[in-house]
Amino acid sequence: MSTQAPLETTTYAILNTAREQALERGEGLNESQLIQILELPDHAIPEALQLAHEVRLKHCGEDVEVEGIISIKTGGCPEDCHFCSQSGLFDSPVRGVWLDIPELVKAAKETAATGATEFCIVAAVRGPDIKLMNQIKFAIDRIIEEVDINIACSLGMLTQRQVDQLAEWGVHRYNHNLETARSYFPEVVTTHSYEERLETCAMVKAAGMELCCGALIGMGETLAQRAELAAQLAALEPHEVPLNFLNPRPGTPLENQGIMDGKDALRAIAAFRLAMPRTVLRYAGGRELTLGDLGTRDGLLGGINAVIVGNYLTTLGRPANTDLNLLVELNMPIKEFQKSL
Amino acid sequence: MKAAESQKFCGHCGGGTFSTDGGTIGTDGDAPTSDAHHSCQQRLAMEPPRFCPECRRRMKVQVTPLGWTAECSRHGLMSFCTDTAPNSTS
Repeated sequence: MSTQAPLETTTYAILNTAREQALERGEGLNESQLIQILELPDHAIPEALQLAHEVRLKHCGEDVEVEGIISIKTGGCPEDCHFCSQSGLFDSPVRGVWLDIPELVKAAKETAATGATEFCIVAAVRGPDIKLMNQIKFAIDRIIEEVDINIACSLGMLTQRQVDQLAEWGVHRYNHNLETARSYFPEVVTTHSYEERLETCAMVKAAGMELCCGALIGMGETLAQRAELAAQLAALEPHEVPLNFLNPRPGTPLENQGIMDGKDALRAIAAFRLAMPRTVLRYAGGRELTLGDLGTRDGLLGGINAVIVGNYLTTLGRPANTDLNLLVELNMPIKEFQKSL
Repeated sequence: MKAAESQKFCGHCGGGTFSTDGGTIGTDGDAPTSDAHHSCQQRLAMEPPRFCPECRRRMKVQVTPLGWTAECSRHGLMSFCTDTAPNSTS
């Protein structure tokens, strides 16, 4: 009993603070406050998720943004991101493959037919070369011509010229993840720096594209580092944060890392929403393994307001209809398509 | 490409599997049993096969939002639409 009271006091203190700060004022929690959210006892998780849901409804609205993603160039990446099966430096079963443009356009049409408003074209590269940029230009032109869907890209680190080209071609959002906290980044990636990632993010924002900058949690980082990441993302003020949970891939350095605990994942969802009250917070890879069906529902009622529909780049997601039916069941309208200018 | 029940190799790890008559097909010396691939089968519900079930060659796999294709240079194309049953198109 003697240790219970202070714990309860702390629990309710941080949730009360979060209510006043994130819900009422729309200001994200800071790093030390986020640590307290990530350390909440199990019995406080529903309350934290409920608060995160209220924050999302108040500051983002009730719509859920649906997106499809596709790999235009799979495998053979020269970088060594330790979680990624597409690195050419690891003994992964993933083979290099290029997707042709007609198939890409077909996938965009199929994605739009689900009600998705976003279609993200991804390439496993350090940064795009001229060949890839030409492919992207051709693909964008075809998709804009034939499909009512917003186009996003994720092509690694960019030069200023490439940023300007993508913006000019009609890419409205660019994805470049921080992945993990600055203090943990060297444990996960050694072939490029955190600063290089930040440079691309800054150029994307300066060019007027929406920045999509995400996280991958469950890679062995501490709770403090998880809070650090959320705070670092918040400082970037991204339009969207895709939240990934590690799915340990065969042949990668993290293949034996255990799957993240579902309750920790729910704490993280609440924390990320409370760190970024106005950001699109998207369910991304690994949620099927980490959270399952019940946890997926809990997250949608706990701060998440966007989903990747269907499959990921090299792994499978839940069937699109399963997620879309869940949104109907939860009375969550899908955000409608509005052509970006 | 042949139906799943005649697979000689595990699509997830490329290891040998039981043949349809119950005999183990040796591959790399350790003759795994079907139990050895129980977790592989679970993983294959969440990811496409990477190895050809006929010859264990690594396949070229393309995942799309609503399906996937896997191509073996010798045994052709296997495709799957997420909302329907597996389909062989070779």
